[in-house]
Amino acid sequence: MELTRRQAIALGAGALLAAHLPHTAYAAGEEAIQAFTGGAALADTGITLTAPEIAENGNTVPIEVSAPGASEIMVLALGNPTPPVATFKFGPLAASQSASTRIRLAGTQDVLAIARLADGSFAQAKATVKVTIGGCGG
Amino acid sequence: MISRRDFLQTGMAASAILGTSGFGNWGRLAAQQALTQDQLLQFDTFGNVSLIHVTDIHAQLKPIYFREPSVNIGVGPNKGKVPHVTGADFRRLYGIEDGSPSHYALSSGDFAALAQGYGRVGGLDRVSTVINQIRSERPDALLLDGGDTWHGSYTCYHTQGQDMVNVMNALKPDAMTFHWEFTLGSDRVNEIVENLPFAALGQNIFDAEWDEPAELFPPYRFFERGGVRIAVIGQAFPYMPIANPGWMFPEYAFGIRDEHMQEMVDEVRAQGAELVVCLSHNGFDVDKKMAGIVGGIDVILSGHTHDALPEPVLVGETIIVASGSNGKFVSRVDLDVRDGRMMGFRHKLIPIFSDVIAPDPAVTAVIDEQRAPFTEHLSEVIGQSDALLYRRGNFNGTWDDLICDALLTQREAEIALSPGVRWGPSILPGQDITREDIWNVTSMTYPEAYRTEMTGEFLHVVLEDVADNLFNPDPYYQQGGDMVRTGGLGYRIDITQPQGSRITELTLLKTGERIDPARSYQVAGWASVNEGTEGPPIWDVVEDHIRAQGTVSVTPNTSVDVVGA
Repeated sequence: MELTRRQAIALGAGALLAAHLPHTAYAAGEEAIQAFTGGAALADTGITLTAPEIAENGNTVPIEVSAPGASEIMVLALGNPTPPVATFKFGPLAASQSASTRIRLAGTQDVLAIARLADGSFAQAKATVKVTIGGCGG
Repeated sequence: MISRRDFLQTGMAASAILGTSGFGNWGRLAAQQALTQDQLLQFDTFGNVSLIHVTDIHAQLKPIYFREPSVNIGVGPNKGKVPHVTGADFRRLYGIEDGSPSHYALSSGDFAALAQGYGRVGGLDRVSTVINQIRSERPDALLLDGGDTWHGSYTCYHTQGQDMVNVMNALKPDAMTFHWEFTLGSDRVNEIVENLPFAALGQNIFDAEWDEPAELFPPYRFFERGGVRIAVIGQAFPYMPIANPGWMFPEYAFGIRDEHMQEMVDEVRAQGAELVVCLSHNGFDVDKKMAGIVGGIDVILSGHTHDALPEPVLVGETIIVASGSNGKFVSRVDLDVRDGRMMGFRHKLIPIFSDVIAPDPAVTAVIDEQRAPFTEHLSEVIGQSDALLYRRGNFNGTWDDLICDALLTQREAEIALSPGVRWGPSILPGQDITREDIWNVTSMTYPEAYRTEMTGEFLHVVLEDVADNLFNPDPYYQQGGDMVRTGGLGYRIDITQPQGSRITELTLLKTGERIDPARSYQVAGWASVNEGTEGPPIWDVVEDHIRAQGTVSVTPNTSVDVVGA
């Protein structure tokens, strides 16, 4: 065999994931939620969050949020160093209260969307998005 | 209303037959006398629609041996449920007699001895005979291919899938969905699909840039058969860019997208579909979960996880049919569709015993034509095996033990990693190993056998990551492969633990010492999904190893200690 050790490759270092995120990220997420909702109770209906179960590329994960009648929807990536991702605001003339974007995820984590509904109450939807090294398909 | 259960013919073709061939009575003659083509294909045509399902052929044009797994652990809601029942437990569950053709075709145990009696399975010319027979009884039967068709052999690799396209075209499928096909690269896939004389379906094949349905792969196709408006919706493998090299098909995105599936079901129902069939490459447990979430699918023809089940599994109003792999089985599903709904079904999983089912000479000729330019290379004997070589199993198989040995010796590594794929035929003790046999278990478009350093900590991360793809209790987070195979490395796995805590006691087998998280180890492996991987193709590494050995042996693998199963 002609190949030498020098010709060996390294598995992409980019595949290495941040396994442990700082505790402060979670605290930052909670602060953001508190600031948005004022501590109000969160219903589980009235908002849908569409996200892949497993991210094809953790650097650009497509998500979609929809909450009929909402005036605002906040999206948080709870495991990112800076959890707040975006807040979408809908004016009274908005044809629909939905938005889609792509977000970057530091690792496997929950994505949370919270909507301020027409009556001033709040609703949330959560999705776990896995960020994986991959390989080994059946 | 007639219950669907009433129509369930406890379908395994061979199960009704034997009775006489007791355990240990495995003479080839006895086996063949007990089994006839007519018996295998006997079916009382039922209702007004017939579906024929083939899937995961992995380019196996010719008859092969294929041992089903003895270890296939289910987790979460699927613990102890089919297809996670193997060996004698599987036979008890379905009332299959030990030593019978069904034992040989569907379960593990005494495989080498039974194979001597019952012979090889599969061969697309035999599959053609079965399809022709079904079409003689129901001329407008739908033939649906679940994908993993244009991958997995020497000739498939060297013709970039053209051999399979040519042979499958001779079988005249009506629709197909996809997985490994995409590892031919998107240019080649597009080129083939643009000229395909049947529907290439995938409701979850999206344009990666715009995250909208890809034009080349429509979500569904309507068929009018037996006076019934049938919609077939395709579902490609959801995790292609993760489980396989996404850089080979960067224009495409996938995912399960069950909301979009529901939209498609609602759309076809609104257009008058009386029967909705999902041609799926999700894998069995994912299909089961999806069937509980998406309403309105009558039949899911399930592929990817290579399970062969003698009866459909019912989830609500949906039946799920699993048709095995490597050309070993054909499923026939007859349906009674009246007043816009499925009133009953009859199903049969037909094992393709290649010595019993006569080949269709027209298709034999097409197969021979594909293989002719390569005959010399295919048939060259590289060595012999004194052990049964097989792949299937959650943690290891003797073929992968041999491949890991080849990597350790040929690439001078301390640890070898081999991907947990589920394709690849078996070799019987005493059988010659040809170049074709080696390619049947290694052929792929990213075969480079790399050699690299990994820290103990990174090895642990890799094993944990792959284990979660297999043992996450939520099927939607599973990718449908098996555990990465390890050579020179032992470990303990508690499958009930969460990711990060399953793998313990990592041990370097050479020294018996625990793996040091901080130390670097020399690791050889293959099938990396990363672009730019370098090394000789794995088939050369394995061929050199077998040639050097002459006759290969494998010692029982006890390096993985499994708990929580």
